Amino acid sequence: MYPYISHTPDDEQKMLEAIGVSSIDELFEDIPDEVAFKREFKLDKAKSELEVRSYMTELSKKNCSLDDLTCFLGAGAYDHYIPSIVDHIISRSEFYTSYTPYQPEISQGTLQYLFEYQTLICNLTGMDVSNASLYDGGTAIAEAALMSTSVTRKEEIIISKTVRPEARRILKTYAHIQGLKVIEVDMKDGVTDLEQLDSLVSDNTSSVIIQSPNFFGIIEDIEETARITHKAKRALLITSVDPISLGILRRPGDLGADIVVGEAQGMGIPLSFGGPYLGFIAARQSHVRKLPGRIVGETIDLDGKRSYVLTLSAREQHIRREKATSNICSNQGLNTLAATVYMVTMGKEGLREVAEQSTKKAHYALKKLTQSGKYKPLFNQPFFKEFALTSDLDPELISSKLRDADIIGGYDLGQDYPQYKNAVLYAVTEKRTKAEIDKLSSVLEGI
Amino acid sequence: MRDYDKLIFEISKPGRKAYRLPPLDVEDMDLEEHIPEKFLSKEELNFPEVNEVDVIRHYTNLSDKNYGLDTGFYPLGSCTMKYNPKINEDMARLSGFANVHPLQREDCIQGSLQLLYELDKALCEIAGMDRMTLQPAAGAHGELTGLMLIKAYHEKRGDTKRDKIIVPDSAHGTNPATASMAGYKAVEVKSTDDGIVDVEDLKKVIGDGDDIAGLMLTNPNTLGLFEKHIVEMAELIHDAGGLLYYDGANANAIMGHARPGDMGFDVVHFNIHKTFSTPHGGGGPGAGPVGVKEHLVEFLPTPLVEKDGERYFLDYDYPNSIGKVKDFYGHFGILVRAYTYILTMGRDGLKKASEMAVLNANYLLSQLKDDYYLPIDTIYKHEFVLGGLKGEQLEVRTLDIAKRLLDFGFHPPTVYFPLIIREALMIEPTETESKETLDEFAKAMKQIAEEARRDPEILKEAPHDTIVRRPDEVRAARNPVLKYEG
Repeated sequence: MYPYISHTPDDEQKMLEAIGVSSIDELFEDIPDEVAFKREFKLDKAKSELEVRSYMTELSKKNCSLDDLTCFLGAGAYDHYIPSIVDHIISRSEFYTSYTPYQPEISQGTLQYLFEYQTLICNLTGMDVSNASLYDGGTAIAEAALMSTSVTRKEEIIISKTVRPEARRILKTYAHIQGLKVIEVDMKDGVTDLEQLDSLVSDNTSSVIIQSPNFFGIIEDIEETARITHKAKRALLITSVDPISLGILRRPGDLGADIVVGEAQGMGIPLSFGGPYLGFIAARQSHVRKLPGRIVGETIDLDGKRSYVLTLSAREQHIRREKATSNICSNQGLNTLAATVYMVTMGKEGLREVAEQSTKKAHYALKKLTQSGKYKPLFNQPFFKEFALTSDLDPELISSKLRDADIIGGYDLGQDYPQYKNAVLYAVTEKRTKAEIDKLSSVLEGI
Repeated sequence: MRDYDKLIFEISKPGRKAYRLPPLDVEDMDLEEHIPEKFLSKEELNFPEVNEVDVIRHYTNLSDKNYGLDTGFYPLGSCTMKYNPKINEDMARLSGFANVHPLQREDCIQGSLQLLYELDKALCEIAGMDRMTLQPAAGAHGELTGLMLIKAYHEKRGDTKRDKIIVPDSAHGTNPATASMAGYKAVEVKSTDDGIVDVEDLKKVIGDGDDIAGLMLTNPNTLGLFEKHIVEMAELIHDAGGLLYYDGANANAIMGHARPGDMGFDVVHFNIHKTFSTPHGGGGPGAGPVGVKEHLVEFLPTPLVEKDGERYFLDYDYPNSIGKVKDFYGHFGILVRAYTYILTMGRDGLKKASEMAVLNANYLLSQLKDDYYLPIDTIYKHEFVLGGLKGEQLEVRTLDIAKRLLDFGFHPPTVYFPLIIREALMIEPTETESKETLDEFAKAMKQIAEEARRDPEILKEAPHDTIVRRPDEVRAARNPVLKYEG
């Protein structure tokens, strides 16, 4: 017997009789002999919970957990504080063992938190409408780009080189299959070269994509970028943002962005070796019918009671099939709940405090780390919680010396930007303490 | 607390807080000194102000309005709502998995890499494929990745005129949507009256074949029937120069009895949140690993995990790779759960799971076919499709049956899909349901059939006993209210 299967031999017998067959194998007789699998899987036999737990724990211990090390690594995934309450709420099985809310009568819990999430994302970004989530920040950029080509019926996408390199790679993969053209704008002292952007924007442009704070942590001029983008007929500005930064920075929706996307991992979702995270997308009212993915709307039921349903599904694959706005089916449901609980738990003050503390600690770290002159700032630009330092030292050497001191060091920028060989990108969140930053500084000085 | 109907914004009170951070321990500074004023926000965010107890009560009350798999039977066809083992949740939350940054040094992530490497091998063995990418986020994302691989294969051969993907008329909506998204034209192949792909029609659709990039197929298909002509179909597609894509949504039917790789498929995806027991989470996150045969390995998204002696490493050295399809390495936390499940079930348990899933489906069918119309009377795999009530009781629709089931405490089956069956009720019980649960469900279904004969109004007005009743979807779509405006 297996813990998750309840059939006794007697059950099996009775059920086979009711069906009118004599054996389990008879139920598989429709599988042609030439494709029937006749051996056993080359896998271990079933294991007990204790054995599985012990093996998995052993594997997990071959990793270095951030519970044991101090993390100054970011580059798209961040070690922010997660209130205990988040995991308790998402661990309620009524939430995590439910399906997509196709039956609204018994899914009001899911539908309502998605509605709250959409509201919070709109308020956070300054946009009119949000969907119920996308896979992650990287694919959200790609989905937004595809959406812009559908809105404008133009096939050229312009993206800044200060956008996270991995997100740009994903965009190129998506664009390739649809035959769309992706043009990259160069950068100048760590920010998008707006003069060059100005010369690239044309009537063929469907969208311009920037990230702010950008990959180097630097705050981009969204307002000026919007002005340049909108010189082209119908072109849309897509802005990817770190939602935590909106605790102190102006909202892209107030600065002229047409679509706002981003990665919400920092809002209550564990690092978990890269996923699952949470992509968000918010847009102007006029483009709501071009949004990909699920959207929840308010309505009333037979008795006039306020209730929530999945809506505008005429955009989606299960109705529109080959004419859908995207093939997306599942979303990030439970992580949406985590981010919702995070946003309401932190509230307006909390998000501001997280953003402020991250900024202040990052600025303290920059000052401390560059004091002796051994490490120099790569750029001199206003930044949020990440900054790049350059030195004569090989980033691998720095990383391994820090590792010896139980510190996860920054991201080696030379991997993506050959011109920045020997530059390392450090992230400082509100979780880091002065003592940890001072220790980072002293280890770096000792290398 | 069933009647609790507040939004979190409606319980906000100025001044309340649900968090506390340690005081700032570095020297304070004026943000304006370092960040130009034009970038800084002067307004407060419009977020609710609540305390921690408010938050817990609010969301606990919301959870009470939800029906989960732990609440009861969830026979959604093609969704494989099997039990989500609790140890899976614990393993994903182990500190060494949950608190690891994806860009840590290779010597700090050996455990994650080993897990991904071993999961790749295990899934390949189950699927009969040569290599997996674990990057795709979900089934639909796996489909998209799969078609990208197919496209890359044709492109490398300079075979660029292939612009069509064949999809059966019984296919999941994601199949044609994916084909479009991948820049292909979806062309439909018909099903026979027996519910499987019409091979003669397939030949017609293929024609001379030089514009066919591939075929997407679920096997068993969405009717729950095994496509027994699969070998011939594979030959037809391959002879035409196309490739075969296996939509793994229904893989729970065949573990240990048949493998997509042995049927001739070149590309396969699994829905980890179906076959491998990870939770659906109210819509996600899932995972959709994609497996390929040797001739497509060079195109897989990077990185792949390789092993060199005792050391595992991320290999980016695939010059013909389609590139990246997702941030980092996929939904690692979901993959941890799936691997936990595979270890728990083992080679014997996985096979047993499929056998009991098929037994349950056919048993439940045997209990329902006296009262419900069964368009195709045969042995099914893990699911079956009914066409509403038997006889000409046209006033009672499948939607009414589904809504009435809610009053009996069951989640309804998938309805009105597949599109080729009128008034479809698609039922997939999965292996984790007991005979007693199936009997209870059959009893409810029989009672509903009886009510349809005697008092159809009960069904028309159902559900009677839920927190809300048939929310007005037309109104929601006509005048979209998509956020709280206060």
